[in-house]
Amino acid sequence: MKESLGTTGLILNEPLLWEKGKKGRCGFSIPRRDVESCPLDEDLTCEGPDFPDLSEVDVVRHYTRLSQWNFGVDSGMYPLGSCTMKYSPKTNEKQAGLSGFSGAHPLLPANLSQGALKIMFEFEQYLAEITGMDATTLQPAAGAHGELTGMLLIYAFHKSKGVRRSKIIIPDTAHGTNPASVTLCGYRPVSVRSNEQGILSAEAIADVMDDDTAGIMVTNPNTLGLFEENIQKIAEIVHSKDGLVYCDGANMNAVMGIVQMGKIGVDIIHLNLHKTFSTPHGGGGPGSGPVCVKRHLESFLPVPRVIQENGRFILAENYPESIDKVSAFHGNFGVMIKAYSYIRSMGPKNLKKASQLAVLNANYIKERLKRTLHLAFDRPCMHECVFSDKYQVAHKVMTLDMAKRLMDYGFHPPTIYFPLVVNGAIMIEPTETESKEDLDQYIEAFKAIVNEARENPDLLHEAPKSCKVKRLDEAAAARKPCLAG
Amino acid sequence: MKEISELNLPDDIRYAEDHEWARLEGDRIRVGLDDYAQDQLGDIVFVELPQIGDTFEKGKEFATVESVKAVVECYLPVGGEIIAVNTALEESPELVNKSPYNDGWFVDVNPSDPSEMDDLMTNAECLEKLKGAD
Repeated sequence: MKESLGTTGLILNEPLLWEKGKKGRCGFSIPRRDVESCPLDEDLTCEGPDFPDLSEVDVVRHYTRLSQWNFGVDSGMYPLGSCTMKYSPKTNEKQAGLSGFSGAHPLLPANLSQGALKIMFEFEQYLAEITGMDATTLQPAAGAHGELTGMLLIYAFHKSKGVRRSKIIIPDTAHGTNPASVTLCGYRPVSVRSNEQGILSAEAIADVMDDDTAGIMVTNPNTLGLFEENIQKIAEIVHSKDGLVYCDGANMNAVMGIVQMGKIGVDIIHLNLHKTFSTPHGGGGPGSGPVCVKRHLESFLPVPRVIQENGRFILAENYPESIDKVSAFHGNFGVMIKAYSYIRSMGPKNLKKASQLAVLNANYIKERLKRTLHLAFDRPCMHECVFSDKYQVAHKVMTLDMAKRLMDYGFHPPTIYFPLVVNGAIMIEPTETESKEDLDQYIEAFKAIVNEARENPDLLHEAPKSCKVKRLDEAAAARKPCLAG
Repeated sequence: MKEISELNLPDDIRYAEDHEWARLEGDRIRVGLDDYAQDQLGDIVFVELPQIGDTFEKGKEFATVESVKAVVECYLPVGGEIIAVNTALEESPELVNKSPYNDGWFVDVNPSDPSEMDDLMTNAECLEKLKGAD
C-alpha cells in the first residue's frame, strides 16, 4: 500500500452513560422470585449508587463507539519504547478461556487443581530456563510489583546473614519505578551516571559500591536500548562486597535465548509477561511480573510454592526464610496461561528468533532514520533506538509536535521525553511484530514529518488534525483534571 | 523552545548550576527556577514546596517540579531556613512559566551564610555555560 495509513472516516460522538440514560430503561430481565421475600436489615440498605438506566443496545453502542476512537496494536504499529507493545496472538486468549482455567477458583484444594498447578509448575521452569536462573515466583502482579518483591528478597538475604544495609545503586537510565520500589522497601537509591557510550562503567560502580550497599538494580538491555556490556565486571564488584545484582527484565525481548542472565552475574530478575511474553498490555488486561532467582535465593521466595511430590502437585508453605505472600492468591493466573501458551507456541528456537528480529527491526529503523533525526548514541542498538529533536529545534518543532503528527499518518507515537538522559528523547521500539513493509511506511512517515517541520512547522504545532480528539491541553488536564464518570 | 539568545536572564540575580536563581532582598534571599529551566520543562503542572521553618543546606533538595514532560528536583542555591513559600503556586503552577522571576518565585530563605551567594553564577556566566552546553 503506497498511500498513507492515516485517513478520516465517520467517527460517532458518544455522551457519558449518565447523560445517555433514561429512567425506566432496562437491559435485562430477572426470573420470577420463587422464594419468600426476606427484607435486609435496615442498617445494610440505602438508596444505592447513582447508576443510569440503559438498554442493552445503549450499552453496546456506547462501548463500541468508544472502542472505535481507540488505537491498539490490533489496529496498527504501536512502537512505544521500553513497553514492548508486541502483537498478542489470539490463540493465547483461546487457551486462557478454556473453562477449566477460566472457571478455576483459587481456594480449590490442590488435589482438585492439578491442571492449573501443573501449568504453574512448568511455567516457572520455562521462565527460569529462558533467563538462565534456577527458581521462579509467579505471584507479582506487574513489573513494579516484581521489583518490590526483588527488593524484599535482597533484604531477606542480608537479614539471614545478620546484616542490614541501607543503599541500592541505580543507573540514571533506570525506569522511574526502580527508585520507587527501592524506597518503598526502605532502601536509599544511589544514582550512577552512565558513561559517554550510554552504559555503566565498572569504575563508576566500584566508586559507589560499599559495605552498606545491598546491591544494584540494573535494566539490561538499558532504557537507551543498549546492552550493558560491563555487566559481568559490575556483578563481580557488587558480589565482592556481598551485594546482590537485580536485573529489571523489562527489556528481555531483546535477548531471549541469547543471554543467560544467571551466567553473567544476575541474582534476581523480573519479567513482564505483558511485554516480552505477548500478553495484552495497557488497558487490555492486567500485567504479571514473575521473579526468577539463582539457587542461593530460592528459600526466600514467596509462599505458597508449587512443588511436585510423588507425581502430584502441592502448594508448599514450609519455607521459614520466605518473604511470605506478595499476592492474595497465586498472581494473575489468566495472564500466566496466555504467556504459557505463547512460550509453547513459539518453542525455544522461535523465541530466540523473535528477539533477533526485534533487534533487527530496531537497528533497521535506527540506520534509516539517523540522518533524518538526531541519534543519541550512534552504535548498534538492541530492541529499541533513541533519537531526539535536536535537528528540529531550529524550526521551533519539538518531539511532542512530531509525535502528535505521527497520529495523522496512522501510527501510535513512540515513547517521548524518556529516558531522561536524552533531551527531547524519541524512543522507538518496533518489536518483531512489524514486517519490513510496515517499518518502511513508518520511516517514510517520519521523513515526511521532518520535511513538514522545515516547510510548515505550524502543521505540526496543530497536529493531530484527523484524530477524533485534536491537540489536548495536557497542562490543563493535569492542573484541573475532570474526573467525572 | 527558546533559542539561547531569547532567554531572559536578569542581571540582578544569581544562578545555580541546576537553574535555580537567588536574589538578595534585604536580609532574605528569594529563590525560584530560571527561564531556561521553565522553558525546557514546558508547561508546569505541579510544584511541591517545603514548609516554613524547614532548614536545608546549600545544594539540598527542597522542591519538586512536575511538568507535562518530566518531574525534576530543585536544589536550594543558598542554605538556610525557609521563611516564606509562594502558596500561589499550589493553585497556579503556570506562574513559574509566565513569570519565573516575579510571581513564580518559590521560597524565601533566611541564609545561614549569605556569602554562599558569591559561589553562584552571574547572568553572564550562566549564559556562557548554556552556550557551552548547547
